[in-house]
Amino acid sequence: MIISKLIAAGTIMSLALLSTATAQSGKDRIERIVTPGGIEIWHVRDNTLPMLSLEFAFKGGTAQDPVEKAGLAYIAAALLDEGAGNLDSRAFQEQLEERAISLSFTTDRDALRGSLKTLTENRDKAFELLKLALTAPRFDASEVERIKAQTLAMLRRRSTNPSNISGERWFARAFPNHPYGQPQQGTVESVAKITIDDLRAHHANVVARSTLKLASVGAIDGKELAVLVDQAFGALPKQGKLKTIVEVSPQALGEREIVDLDVPQTVITIGGAGLKRNDPDFIPAFVVNHILGGGTFSSRLYREVREKRGLAYSVYSYLAPLAHAGIFMSGVSTRNDRAAETLSIILDEIKVLADKGPSEDELTKAKSYLIGSFPLRFDTSGKVAGQLLEIQMENLGIDYIDRRNALVEAVSIADVRRVANRFLKDAGLLVTLVGRPKPVPVGGKG
Amino acid sequence: MSILLATAIVTATAAATGALAQRAKEETQGPNISHYTLKNGLEVVTIPDHRTPVITHMIWYRVGSADEDAGRSGLAHFLEHLMFKGTAKNPRGRFSEMLAVLGGQENAFTSQDYTAYFQRVAKEHLSSVMEFEADRMTGLVLTDENVLPERDVVLEERRSRTDSDPGALLAEAAQAALFVNHPYGKPIIGWEHEIRALNREQALEFYKRFYAPNNAILVVAGDVTGPQVKELAEKHYGGIARRDDIKARVRPIEPEPRAHRRVSLTDQRVQQPSFSRTYLAPSYRGGKPGEAEAIDVLAHILGSGSTSRLHRALVMDKSIAVSAGSYFSGTSYDLARFGVYASPKPGTSLEDLEAAVDAVIAEVIEKGILETELTRAKTKIVADFVYMQDSQATLARIYGAGLTVGMTLDQIKSWPDRIRAVKAEEVRQAARNWLDTRRAVTSYLLRPPASTEKRT
Repeated sequence: MIISKLIAAGTIMSLALLSTATAQSGKDRIERIVTPGGIEIWHVRDNTLPMLSLEFAFKGGTAQDPVEKAGLAYIAAALLDEGAGNLDSRAFQEQLEERAISLSFTTDRDALRGSLKTLTENRDKAFELLKLALTAPRFDASEVERIKAQTLAMLRRRSTNPSNISGERWFARAFPNHPYGQPQQGTVESVAKITIDDLRAHHANVVARSTLKLASVGAIDGKELAVLVDQAFGALPKQGKLKTIVEVSPQALGEREIVDLDVPQTVITIGGAGLKRNDPDFIPAFVVNHILGGGTFSSRLYREVREKRGLAYSVYSYLAPLAHAGIFMSGVSTRNDRAAETLSIILDEIKVLADKGPSEDELTKAKSYLIGSFPLRFDTSGKVAGQLLEIQMENLGIDYIDRRNALVEAVSIADVRRVANRFLKDAGLLVTLVGRPKPVPVGGKG
Repeated sequence: MSILLATAIVTATAAATGALAQRAKEETQGPNISHYTLKNGLEVVTIPDHRTPVITHMIWYRVGSADEDAGRSGLAHFLEHLMFKGTAKNPRGRFSEMLAVLGGQENAFTSQDYTAYFQRVAKEHLSSVMEFEADRMTGLVLTDENVLPERDVVLEERRSRTDSDPGALLAEAAQAALFVNHPYGKPIIGWEHEIRALNREQALEFYKRFYAPNNAILVVAGDVTGPQVKELAEKHYGGIARRDDIKARVRPIEPEPRAHRRVSLTDQRVQQPSFSRTYLAPSYRGGKPGEAEAIDVLAHILGSGSTSRLHRALVMDKSIAVSAGSYFSGTSYDLARFGVYASPKPGTSLEDLEAAVDAVIAEVIEKGILETELTRAKTKIVADFVYMQDSQATLARIYGAGLTVGMTLDQIKSWPDRIRAVKAEEVRQAARNWLDTRRAVTSYLLRPPASTEKRT
């Protein structure tokens, strides 16, 4: 199956909001609650199941890591459910499992995200444990050592995985001397240097109310929810201390890097400058990407690389709008002796699309797909809460749900031609290849 | 188009399979599932979920890689790919084109026991989707022009999934060693040399042999009712003739296993060694009443999550592993598999790791389990069912997989109640009966000696 990464493509409509029975617009179904303690949360009440899904995020991800301590944010997140307050790791995990409460934390380059799922009957306990995790993580020495050892094992595994190498080399080359170029889980050397004090300091810097965003879906009314939110998040410090991340564009465009690895396939990562989410051209660019290598069996790359020539199982492209950089990426895995040919087909397709733009027919179909598939993003509580959170993270506004399909519909052929030319043509593309491609793809501008 | 390896898919299913937990039943009534069979033998299951106006439409065929003739491994999966090539009525990708315009998602997957196709669309398109899927049950047209490039795609898929990954190559070898007579020993995607020899005629012959309404189950989940689905199913699938020549699923039976087998793979690409072991065990369909349920609880207590015995002993107490766990893949037509695994910290040999795993297992066999562990496992399973109901796509999958491997709807529905009935002594018995190395293959994934860490 094609890998589709519809990052922040848009939007949402909640469960209930799309329901024909209610026929209410999105923003009427989403409650914007400001708790007595002054914390904002977007909530959709849904009593169908006796459960509650909460999604939240703080600004400050792996890009906050000092160069010599890359992996810090990742390890800190992994330790948040490993003991807090007077509960050591075992006791904390037991309390979660005895009530089947699911609590997890993840990091990406720009944020720390948390996810809580509980049966309604256990919600008080769930929020109590969440509060402990956020306000009093223990970072006990034994657990820190254990998570570091797990991280090192993962780094060892990734060190010979062609897809991991290809992606990491791409980011390292594209963002030299910028935090986006650092390996998100760190290196063997950097992980070894991370101390408990580092973890505590990182936590204090990031976990603060000023950048907190929250969204929830489930069987609870706004008032009860507000009380729980204040209990869990109210005691957090108002302000953290985030390092400023400078705006950046991918570098080394036009270059190629080949990493030799004894595998039967070459993994190719292709990327260049994309668009940030707040760029006025983001939606047209998203439509262009759908036509090139987005999520269906009908994209140009799918047709040319897979369907017609049988060169790959997976070929894709996507837009990655980071907080401080826009990125366009594409990729494929193909047998070593066809890697050069496959790369040139993909680069040709990108060039043709940049020069001529999509056809009217392609534009119509792409818009129809993106509008029609919209409700599929909202068929579980967790997905709805996740979408509500992303809208807040991207500052799109609570009415974005109602506006989104009209924004897609409004994209004209002139828009996609202009935007295709703008972001696909640009200054060329940086390509990393991992495997034993033979013949070796020729260099030059991508 | 993707393969979900039986293990992966079945793990999810086992954790899920139904679980109409009593409490969930009281609070939510559970999904109001309807089930009936059309005159031509097509079973139709409807799982209503009215929260969002979308539906998941799946057709499941009772055929998988274990139903292939010897020498043609990979044929079931290859046919799954070819099912997207068009029919007499809807040639060349018209079905996918329609979905690409409507905004529908589609895919398919193959396991050892079943092949399934699905679409997810806004509910008003259910009838169109059914019309296309029904047409594809008998109307497939293949030419060498579309078959041969797709065979190359499958070979690339094999390179991505298996050949580029030493761990996957070892798992394939372990599977082949575990089943000495039963076709579960073959990889679902097929052996490379046999994939290369697959062709159009073989695919069509396989298609005609197994694709028929009386060898299929239709599952529709989402914003729709049983009567609506029944009416549409009659209209679109009702006219397809049943086939009376579909043979019963009789596969060669495994002999009683008597020897512990070991496989190992040493590769310079291995930077993190690992240990794993797979035991033959009874499945939900094949086991005695309550047997598979007890094994599921055992897998949970032994190796699911950070309060499990393997994690506590190896990762936390002894601090010799970075991870450790166990699983049970009980949703299979014939024998099922129980697995344990662990990854060592530097300085720990796989032999020492294996001995530590064996000590944990021996303790369960000798002393049994604690009531608190049993309660915790059951609580988790009950809650998982409620969480599972949050996803129409997941429910469609659980019921489709369960029914195609020969479980009944009632068996799936009452699964959590039966889990709740499991007693501590039965868990101990399950460990004693089935966690016997004579029934197992043990795998070592190793680095070449030159780069091995010095033993301390």
